[in-house]
Amino acid sequence: MKIGVVTFPGTLDDRDAARAVRHAGGESVALWHNDADLHGVDAVILPGGFSYGDYLRCGAISRFSPVMEPIIKAAQGGMPLLGICNGFQVLAEAHLIPGALTRNHELHFLCRDQTISIENTNTAWTSSFSKGEEIVIPLKNGEGAYMCDDKTLAMLEGEGRIIARYVGENPNGSRNLIAGITNERGNIVGLMPHPEHAIDSLTGPSADGLGFFTSVLKAMVK
Amino acid sequence: MAKIVVDVMLKPEILDPQGKAVAAALPRLGFTFANDVRQGKRFEIEVDGEPTAAQLADVEKAAEKLLSNPVIENFTVRVEK
Repeated sequence: MKIGVVTFPGTLDDRDAARAVRHAGGESVALWHNDADLHGVDAVILPGGFSYGDYLRCGAISRFSPVMEPIIKAAQGGMPLLGICNGFQVLAEAHLIPGALTRNHELHFLCRDQTISIENTNTAWTSSFSKGEEIVIPLKNGEGAYMCDDKTLAMLEGEGRIIARYVGENPNGSRNLIAGITNERGNIVGLMPHPEHAIDSLTGPSADGLGFFTSVLKAMVK
Repeated sequence: MAKIVVDVMLKPEILDPQGKAVAAALPRLGFTFANDVRQGKRFEIEVDGEPTAAQLADVEKAAEKLLSNPVIENFTVRVEK
């Protein structure tokens, strides 16, 4: 199972994402922002960082880079696609998921181990978890406040499309404590905290993040 | 040469923490006039000659597609002499 990990100029977490894929038993394939094809990958991860320096708006420029064209097409056809942090922002800018990510309500950049609860285990990226399971993975962002209008929020709640919520105090001002959401089909997931930094206890606060990567490998075997 | 100006502002219902921080800093400097502050972006686009209707329509499209995110922001387009 080949999982592509995209590197935009300014991406930081591509190596950890690739390592997480390998740790889960998959093969990672490096995709460059200028690639016009996906080199036969079965799924794609848009990792965290500051693509194009976060110029204009986070993810606004990356969303139009050449590699995004085949990614958007494949994801609309059902290919699993995970956007983590900056990748979540790219998904929102590409309108692959509803809403937008805005500046943290307290303005500070956050970097901490965060407890989140998994609320939807029927997506390509969350099936390894159990519903309501609480996990601890790093959260590090400056623009992580999930925003959408009331109608969209009601739709996300009603359709169970909020895949993870922050537990405890709201860290960044996200509506309804949203840490991650999915599209209607469940193949595209956007997640603000970083599972790829928590795949073993030597390098992360836990191994809880690994479940996202084992989930997609399972989903692709099916 | 004319200048097309695109102003992009967060929608009124979207929280603007940067504007809030500015509003909180003003009274500390003795400026007590502000009830509220909202912070936005201004793009100045230079074109040759008087902008044509077609050019302005294109700027509208670009503002909607790239310069703003319609999910959270509104924009206005105007020509500055």
